[in-house]
Amino acid sequence: MNTNTIASQSINKKYFSVAQKKAMWAWLFLAIPIIFFIVVRFYPTIDSFYISLTKWNIVQDKEFIGLENYIRLFSDPVFWVVLSNTFEYLILGMPISLVLSFTIAYNLDKFKFGHTFIRACYFIPYLTTAVAMAWVWRWFYQSAPIGLFNNILIELGLEQMMFLRSTEQALPSVLAPAIWAGLGFQILIFMAGLRSVPASYLEAAKIDGAGRWQVLKEITLPHLWPTIVFLVVISTIGFLRIFDQVYNMTLDGQGGPINSSRPLVLHIYQSAFADFEMGFAAAQTVVLFAILSIITFIQFKLMRRK
Amino acid sequence: MKKMLLILLLGLIPMTGGAVEIEYWQYKYDARVKAVDLLIKKFEKQNPEINVKHVKFPYAQYRTKVAAAMAAQHGPDVLQLYYGWVSDYHSAGLLQPLTDKYITAKEVDEQFYPIVQSMKYDGVYYALPTAVRTVGLFWNKKLFKKAGLTHPPKTLDELVEMSKKLTKRDKHGNLTQAGFAVDVAKQYHHWWREVLIRQMGGEPYTNNYQQVNYNNEAGAKALEFLTDFIKTHKVTEPGFMDEGQAAFKSGRAAMYIDGLFRIPTFKKARRLDWSVAELPSHNGIKSNVSSYWVNAVTQKAKGEKRDAAEKFIAFLSSEEAMQVWIDIVGELPARTAAAQKKENVEHELYGPFIQGLGYAHSTQFKSEASQRQVLLNAFDRVILQGMPVKEALTQLADEEQKILNK
Repeated sequence: MNTNTIASQSINKKYFSVAQKKAMWAWLFLAIPIIFFIVVRFYPTIDSFYISLTKWNIVQDKEFIGLENYIRLFSDPVFWVVLSNTFEYLILGMPISLVLSFTIAYNLDKFKFGHTFIRACYFIPYLTTAVAMAWVWRWFYQSAPIGLFNNILIELGLEQMMFLRSTEQALPSVLAPAIWAGLGFQILIFMAGLRSVPASYLEAAKIDGAGRWQVLKEITLPHLWPTIVFLVVISTIGFLRIFDQVYNMTLDGQGGPINSSRPLVLHIYQSAFADFEMGFAAAQTVVLFAILSIITFIQFKLMRRK
Repeated sequence: MKKMLLILLLGLIPMTGGAVEIEYWQYKYDARVKAVDLLIKKFEKQNPEINVKHVKFPYAQYRTKVAAAMAAQHGPDVLQLYYGWVSDYHSAGLLQPLTDKYITAKEVDEQFYPIVQSMKYDGVYYALPTAVRTVGLFWNKKLFKKAGLTHPPKTLDELVEMSKKLTKRDKHGNLTQAGFAVDVAKQYHHWWREVLIRQMGGEPYTNNYQQVNYNNEAGAKALEFLTDFIKTHKVTEPGFMDEGQAAFKSGRAAMYIDGLFRIPTFKKARRLDWSVAELPSHNGIKSNVSSYWVNAVTQKAKGEKRDAAEKFIAFLSSEEAMQVWIDIVGELPARTAAAQKKENVEHELYGPFIQGLGYAHSTQFKSEASQRQVLLNAFDRVILQGMPVKEALTQLADEEQKILNK
């Protein structure tokens, strides 16, 4: 070690401690993503609060109208239909997908033969483009002579079903491929969770003579609690923001028939990019933001409770 | 920094003796791009002092892109716009009027189809089209022949009768061939508005398209006529073959109404033997609906650029350009004389669309997407929910008026 480095070290020592230097470097590296988030995420988010108070069609100047967009929104019957659709996607989609994926993961965990292959089969839909998949399902749902499902129904001697062209069946029909596509991811997370359940607990329980159901209820599920909360949060946000499937599967991307499958995000999109009512669209994004924040907050509260 | 970039950019442009460069924007569609490239070549040959830079964007993003760019003053000098957008752009002060230097308002009034006059504000034109389009009745010759029919329907009554004869079902009663495909999301909403209502003796809107005027006998008859194809005559089903054009293209629909821009799609379908007819008349009333794209000079073009831009627009609206357009893109000339040329009128496919131009209307939409959607909902209420036509119509009139009042 020569005198130079000793000198510079002592200077450095004078001004910054090691901890301070570490923090400096950390901030330096963090600065880039932080600036990125401020410019492309936070600034537009805050700006959209302002836009929601204006009337703006992009082409003309923004006109400040106060809370008029919100008043219009809450008195618009279509908005309430859309909002209830959004929650219907969530209330149907989240439990069904979690129960399905847990059942599959739990059973998949039990055997070795062809394990990787079957797991891959479940995971592939997750890798497929939502748009391509939505269109394939859209064709599955067609009436005869081209629709797969209806052709099967006819073969079985049953009547055709309307699926996407019915106000009652459209929403579940759109939801089905969305659940199917997300299954692979949830199975994978559940399997990782199942692996982390300590084997000694399970063995001890077996020795004590606990049945399969008891083991599941008393040991496996409590250990999976963080995994379940994580998947509930992720899939809740996912179903509340459902868009691709509806846009591609319904006639002209309208979420029809008669708005029966239209979710909030699609309503926002149509207001913004078909009607060019940016203020009205922004007001809806603020509402969605509020809903997502509240739900996520509640869920994280639940997660802390162990 | 900006200056440096500018200098760099200028260095890249080949200097052709102080040439004026103007930028032209349109949406990306192969035939349109090809036609504009050819027209620019011709224009630059006639005007060596002007260079036109041709920029195009995918159709799906075009409207958003143009709106954002124009508002931020990063737009082009000459812009292609849908006729329905022009009033917004005009009232935002983003367009410059066309002076009388290269084409006069009088010339346009006299020589263009009257629908173009909606581009005139306070006696001055702000935009001009190259081409216009109408809708027609596509019919499958082979299926007609099989059903023993020799000619396409000339009246609405004939349309109903023929569509019944052209419908086929399998032994379980499942539809296998639609006599007449109905696709309200496509051109059928125009057909209802501007054609059927008028043919039933009504006038769809009053007060320059600000006030709905169809919540009456004529409107009800028109909506009933449209829904009856599914409800009463059962010549098609909602969403048969997913889309009307798909049904027609695959030879599973005998008749289908659509715009002339659908011609290339059907031309590509092998083994499809088809033709086009004028829309059927009713009570001696003929009507059609027209839409078009226009070119306009933006606020950005100043001085010699503005002059060059106006010259370019005049060229794009010349008879020569219109012939290029119909040959390559297949859209109709906006000038009467060019459209009425013998070879165009007698053309098997273009002829019926040109006939339609003579009596076509252009709807002034507030928001085409929303106004179409409320009609689609009314149609579904009658078809899927069994709502009485009059009730659905009243609700529709109410909803559309709300859109117009926005």
